[in-house]
Amino acid sequence: MPTRVTAPPPTDDRRWKIIDQVMQRHDYRPDALIETLHAAQDAFGYLDTVTLAHIAAKLKAPPAKVFGVATFYNHFRLQPRGDHTLVVCTGTACHVKGNDRILAWMRDRHHLTPGETTPDNHLSLVEVRCVGACALAPVILTDGVLTGKKDFEETTTIIEEWLGDAT
Amino acid sequence: MQREELQRIATEHRRHLDSFPHHILVCSGLGCPQNEAIVAALKRVIAERQGEARVLVRKVGCMGLCASGPIVLVLPEEIAYQTVSPNDAADIVESLGKGPVQRLLLPPDLPFFTRQHKNVLALSGRIDPESIDDYLAAGGYAALFTALSEMRPAEVVRCIQESGLRGRGGAGYPTGLKWATVAKASGEKKYLICNGDEGDPGAFMDRSILESTPHAVLEGMIIAAYAVGARLGYIYVRAEYPLAVKRLKLAIREAERRNLLGHAICGSNVDLSLQIRLGAGAFVCGEETALIESVEGRRGLPRPRPPYPAEKGLWGCPTLINNVETYANVGPIITHGPQWFAALGTDRSKGTKVFALTGKITHTGLIEVPMGMSLREIIDDIGGGIPGGHAFKAVQTGGPSGGCIPAEHLDAPVSYESLSELGSIMGSGGMIVIDETSSMIDIVKYFMEFCMEESCGKCIPCRVGTAQIHRLLTLFQERRATAADLVQLEMLCDLVKHTSLCGLGQSAPNPALSTLRYFRQEFLDRIAPPPPAMEAQS
Repeated sequence: MPTRVTAPPPTDDRRWKIIDQVMQRHDYRPDALIETLHAAQDAFGYLDTVTLAHIAAKLKAPPAKVFGVATFYNHFRLQPRGDHTLVVCTGTACHVKGNDRILAWMRDRHHLTPGETTPDNHLSLVEVRCVGACALAPVILTDGVLTGKKDFEETTTIIEEWLGDAT
Repeated sequence: MQREELQRIATEHRRHLDSFPHHILVCSGLGCPQNEAIVAALKRVIAERQGEARVLVRKVGCMGLCASGPIVLVLPEEIAYQTVSPNDAADIVESLGKGPVQRLLLPPDLPFFTRQHKNVLALSGRIDPESIDDYLAAGGYAALFTALSEMRPAEVVRCIQESGLRGRGGAGYPTGLKWATVAKASGEKKYLICNGDEGDPGAFMDRSILESTPHAVLEGMIIAAYAVGARLGYIYVRAEYPLAVKRLKLAIREAERRNLLGHAICGSNVDLSLQIRLGAGAFVCGEETALIESVEGRRGLPRPRPPYPAEKGLWGCPTLINNVETYANVGPIITHGPQWFAALGTDRSKGTKVFALTGKITHTGLIEVPMGMSLREIIDDIGGGIPGGHAFKAVQTGGPSGGCIPAEHLDAPVSYESLSELGSIMGSGGMIVIDETSSMIDIVKYFMEFCMEESCGKCIPCRVGTAQIHRLLTLFQERRATAADLVQLEMLCDLVKHTSLCGLGQSAPNPALSTLRYFRQEFLDRIAPPPPAMEAQS
């Protein structure tokens, strides 16, 4: 069993405890890396360099490997998100049903392309490849709430109303 | 916990369920939003009328017809209601024992329901996915008891071999052969993996199975572990499926509590512990060797095969890796026998297959049909045809690894062989209907963009080839292509198909190749006319 690295958490934020527990549950083995990154992103919302360095030290993994894994998988993000998130599904069924028009509309109307956040940190636009609700295509998620089976006009109205309420 | 004790729990729970004259089942899958509010409204109305002893409200798994969701089913009359809202609760409760609520009624003779053959989905939408007692009461885990008490491991393997079951993840490798290889492989440690990394956009069979009947997948895995001698298993699920992950975690915990997992399962000498590993949004991890890399905590880069995982998989040990739907087929095969399964389907594609029917089709949703049913029956009868008076153009099967099948081949049966002959693949079960309003070049470019972004970058044909094919397709989309581009496109597709390391690259050209085969005119129409000849200089 690998010896435990006594790297103290970078800050006294209690969320580090949750992350350390995940690593401990896996005996600090290298295969704990992806599970740990999930836990860290759940706790902090994104993965910054301090977090990645701490995990690398604890798992005795080269920082390059941790960075490599964190950037290989689409699910992990290295930048914080805005206060609100609009997810547009671009799976095949949603594409056929016209979600590319929603993305074009977001670009023209709100000057956002997928992956971007407004300068005031109010809204992030995220594109995902299929949430698995293909029968309800086209699908969007406004702060995690799924809306489907709506045409272009209805969908944009829903987004505008949600943005109006989400202040 | 012994078998007899579990059977007692099942009997008691069945008696409890039978004590209610009326059952109202509410779909609680991802495809039926608002279902929690509907359950709450029904319970409130029933409480107001002091009907708690007579009416049982149960949240269940997916009933399939997501297009008409949220769906509510009233038992024992088998009355199905569509697009139910919480406001309909009073009417539904009021109608119990009288006539159905006409304005919500789903026609009982809808071909969507009558033409299906449910095997894997038999309990989906009939039991509470979050209750192991519901699964036990419905006959769940009986196959496991049979396997443990009446069959030796080699007999289980033979049973799966004789059934003719083939991998439901896409490639269609004979499942029994895989099991036999792992069972025979030497080595102290063997592992079991369930591939639930359903990355194919437009497919949600595995999500629905995991959300609706998680115990059926566990049961298949425990039987497999007994057959091949594995003691530790991993279920690799997409992080994008939070509900499936939640229900799977609960199912594992409940199974452990009932000694269906852990040490000496149900008094036998079988030990098995199962862990969940979350995927993180990489399509390539659906490829078995990339998935193994990911379970080991690394980037999902595929390994060259051979050696196959059955000989050298996780941590270099023999590893049995099957898809979610494959494991869900195991229980019924043990219960009904291999001949029963082999009698369904075609000569070389046995059993039933679950499909996610989506796109420009009336009845979108999840279906299960016997192998060999024609695409036309699936699309016109079960799917209810194309809405809006538009004409059918193509059906896309197999996602980014599959192809587009045109109208003239709609009478082809769905089987591994026939779909492959048509230049597509069975794939995991995504079936996307495309109508005349879509450009095939747009669809092909969409898939190529997907493969380009999802290419892991390990081998050059896939990393560079998909980018170059995408560039060429963009030229066609923008009507800037030349005749030479068409030649190069076909050459590149052939190259990437035959020289890539793993299935992602090898199959990435399929959408383009099948479209070049059936919709060539769309490419020719987009070749730009040559620029007017320059005036000869005087």
